Amino acid sequence: MYFPQQQYTDDSIDVHNPDLLRIHSIETLGTHDGPGIRMVVFVQGCQFRCLYCQNPDTIDIHGGSFVPIEELVEKALHQKSYFGKKGGVTVSGGEPLLQREKLIHFFDRLHENGINTCLDSNGRVLDSKTEQLLERTDLLLLDVKHINKEWHKKLTGLKNKTTLRVAEYRESTGKPMWLRYVLVPGWSDQEEYLHEWGKHFASYKTIEKVEIIPFHQLGKHKWEVMGLEYQLADTQPPTKEEVNKAAEIFRLYFKNVKIK
Amino acid sequence: MKSTTETLCFKTGNWNNTIDVYDFVLQNVSPYEGDSKFLSGPSERTKKLWDICKENLLQERKNNGCLAIDTNVISNLTSFGPGYIDKKNEVIVGLQTDQLLKRAMKPFGGIKLVQSALAERGLQVSDEVVKIFNYAKDHNQAVFSAYDSEIRAFRSKHLLTGLPDNYARGRIIGDFRRIPLYGVDRLIEAKKADFAAVGGEMTDHKVRLREEITSQISALQDMKLMAHTYGLDISVPAANAHEAVQFTYLAYLSAVKEQDGAAMSLGNVSSFLDIYIENDLKSGLITEEEAQEFIDQFVMKLRLVRHLRPGSYDEIFGGDPTWVTEAIGGQFNDGRTKVTKTSFRFLQTLYNLGASPEPNLTILWSQKLPQGFKDFCAQVSIDTSSLQYENDDLMRPNRGSDDYGIACCVSYQKIGKRIQHFGARANLPKALLMALNGGREEDKGSVVIKNIPQMKDGVLDYDSVMDIFKTTLAEVARVYAKSMYIIHYMHDKYYYERAQMALIDSDPGIDIAYGAAGISIIADSLSAIKYAKVTPVRNDIGLTVDFNIEGDFPKYGNDDDRVDSIAQEITKIFIDELRKHRAYKDATPTLSLLTITSNVMYGTNTGSTPDGRKAGEAFAPGANPMHGRDVNGAIASLNSVSKLSYDDAQDGISNTFSMVPKSLGSDKEEQVSNLVGIMDGYFARNAHHLNVNVLDKETLMDAYEHPENYPQLTIRVSGYAVNFVRLSKAHQLEVITRTFHETM
Repeated sequence: MYFPQQQYTDDSIDVHNPDLLRIHSIETLGTHDGPGIRMVVFVQGCQFRCLYCQNPDTIDIHGGSFVPIEELVEKALHQKSYFGKKGGVTVSGGEPLLQREKLIHFFDRLHENGINTCLDSNGRVLDSKTEQLLERTDLLLLDVKHINKEWHKKLTGLKNKTTLRVAEYRESTGKPMWLRYVLVPGWSDQEEYLHEWGKHFASYKTIEKVEIIPFHQLGKHKWEVMGLEYQLADTQPPTKEEVNKAAEIFRLYFKNVKIK
Repeated sequence: MKSTTETLCFKTGNWNNTIDVYDFVLQNVSPYEGDSKFLSGPSERTKKLWDICKENLLQERKNNGCLAIDTNVISNLTSFGPGYIDKKNEVIVGLQTDQLLKRAMKPFGGIKLVQSALAERGLQVSDEVVKIFNYAKDHNQAVFSAYDSEIRAFRSKHLLTGLPDNYARGRIIGDFRRIPLYGVDRLIEAKKADFAAVGGEMTDHKVRLREEITSQISALQDMKLMAHTYGLDISVPAANAHEAVQFTYLAYLSAVKEQDGAAMSLGNVSSFLDIYIENDLKSGLITEEEAQEFIDQFVMKLRLVRHLRPGSYDEIFGGDPTWVTEAIGGQFNDGRTKVTKTSFRFLQTLYNLGASPEPNLTILWSQKLPQGFKDFCAQVSIDTSSLQYENDDLMRPNRGSDDYGIACCVSYQKIGKRIQHFGARANLPKALLMALNGGREEDKGSVVIKNIPQMKDGVLDYDSVMDIFKTTLAEVARVYAKSMYIIHYMHDKYYYERAQMALIDSDPGIDIAYGAAGISIIADSLSAIKYAKVTPVRNDIGLTVDFNIEGDFPKYGNDDDRVDSIAQEITKIFIDELRKHRAYKDATPTLSLLTITSNVMYGTNTGSTPDGRKAGEAFAPGANPMHGRDVNGAIASLNSVSKLSYDDAQDGISNTFSMVPKSLGSDKEEQVSNLVGIMDGYFARNAHHLNVNVLDKETLMDAYEHPENYPQLTIRVSGYAVNFVRLSKAHQLEVITRTFHETM
């Protein structure tokens, strides 16, 4: 594993302080993580060790900085006029569920101010706090990185059991979600597994959209800067044909499949 | 296609009793709430014409930016015979001279400038023309005969720059709709009545007004003669849509035959013309293709407007702009939209003829614009980067009228009722350096502003700097106002805009449009002094050559009130000072935060500043944050600019914004929707203006290396658009280094 596994319940994340969020950075004109124009808060800390991670600098649970949630609300209010009917705030990462208690508070504050909330998650944790957070999440962007548990583990360092349970739970609430899938040649583009992935979710009624995100090398320099071993250094992005093929397979199961 | 007046069926109103185009539009306009699907492509004739134009434009570029110059004739309404591109294919006719892209001499702004423009190209003004100025005075000579040593010093030390004292001031917008609506004879009648009404005891004002009206009447008569050379009779109103477009163009052509003002705006003709087009479409006299052909060919002509400029002019107005600014869209005060199908047709020219910097198409943005129009504007911006946007919801209530155009780059101008006098701009960072150097300029040390105390040595104290800076700004305003008084007095006297003024009410209200450059440097410099430790580095004669900055400080462009409020405060101080001084013809002072492309030249002429900017480095354009200092994303950057108060800068607050397409979304539909969101969001915060560029930095770098591959590449700079390849290499590089918002 290129980065050691960390426990998130230690002081590093200041779990019980609802007022401070450990974040990596903020993007003010987010147009790729949820609908419309969004303020995207990238939280710090993640337990997945995805081989293709584009933000390895958000993994370390001790990194980033604590920012008062009120400050984030204030920032969101400064951007509210740009959000229009569709946009709002997306919390991405890192893995937001590691800080789900704080996010419950954050999303409440956003809703009080009439701001739409979106959570971009790999579905790492499912407990009553996750459920409470999902209740406050207007749209869930769930990354289901592989349908096969072994491949999922090879790809991310962990199995996909909880992620699938989060999807199932979301489905049971009837609230909308988008599924996201990073297409990595040789790792997540096996035809049989794409079909299996599609079949698994085909009957879900809450899936509004499936987004295919073709693997790219734009995060490569971060690995180099951090001195991490980057296994996919020589992996090429999928060709247009490969991406279209994956999309065609997904379209057998879903009405709305989009290539990012 | 030809119809008689009987086919025109208009609702009557006050416009029938008096010259009141606005009332005609209000009574007869057909607001359009739909989308762009009805639009047509270019006609065969249009394509043939534009091919000829493109070939000539290529020759012009190859020939160092100028195809031909007439060195014998002083251009006015009647001095050139008719000119054509290709007569049989021209639906809308008329050229400035007798040959496509041939430039003409208009020496009354300053014969010297004309002579140097010709000399640079190895030509000479004919003896006959030169001789005239042995007897007659021009604007330039007259202004300098009244300048004092103070103004000369401010001017030569780059504190006041780009002053229209050796070229024509421009900016005055004729109500070009008046000719098609009323015909020239009716306008002459009205002007004669205005003359007759100037009675009683004479005053300077009355005498001047009488002389002006008489000049206007002579211009109107000459317009008829000019139209006649094209076989057209404009003494009577337009009888159909074709004539309405043609007459409007001839009215505009009159202005650019007589004047070569820096900016020669068109106004807001599109929805006026729509009334005629709708009428003829409904009567079955024309098809949509023909309607589009009128507009395409009209716009083609506007793209071909040329003025004779010397090389030095390119420093302040890069890329040979003409500012044929047409304001499109916006809302009526009665709640209806001003958008018509012809608003769409004007934008469609950017597809039918390809991207172009001129005419300078300006969208008056309201939150209430029809969605179909908002989407089409965003789409056109993404495809062509040829549009700019201004806040209709802000300007309309603040300035009072819903019948307005945009003068020059960004300035509100009520049409036909008021005019503005162009005031160029003051270099605020230069003023700050003079404040820090006891009134001496930072380069050689000569005293420019008297009675400025010398700062104490050591770390700069914010309050002391502010005190001295305020005193300095008061002095700058005093001398600036004085120079503008002289300039406009003389311009009226020696280079009066008789053609434009003939199409404006006889005694209109006037704004004097002052300007300020470098607001972002001022905000960051004062912020550095306030929040970090700034120590001047002085040379052996005590002049600041650099600044040592210890510690960090808030920078303008990050939505940080600590520094954004400084930009607001200084703007207010400066306009308040300017308002203390009387202006020529009692004009009302306004202020712009705008640089055109002169931000490069300002940088060259300004020493190191306390914000860490080194001597010679370019300023940010307009009210933009400095390059690379807006590090909290696009919206934070927009928000900082949106905080500048329009009340303090009614002449305009220019912001130029560049994005890579991907940053707007992953497909066209998302990009359109998100660009609309940015505009709605920005203008909801009472921001004033936004230039939108949607392109890759790589495209610009490739165009820098291989200009031949990008003849029509258009980018928005400060308040206008240019053909990128026609900018100087220095300006091209400056554009490339500007902040691109490209996070994805």
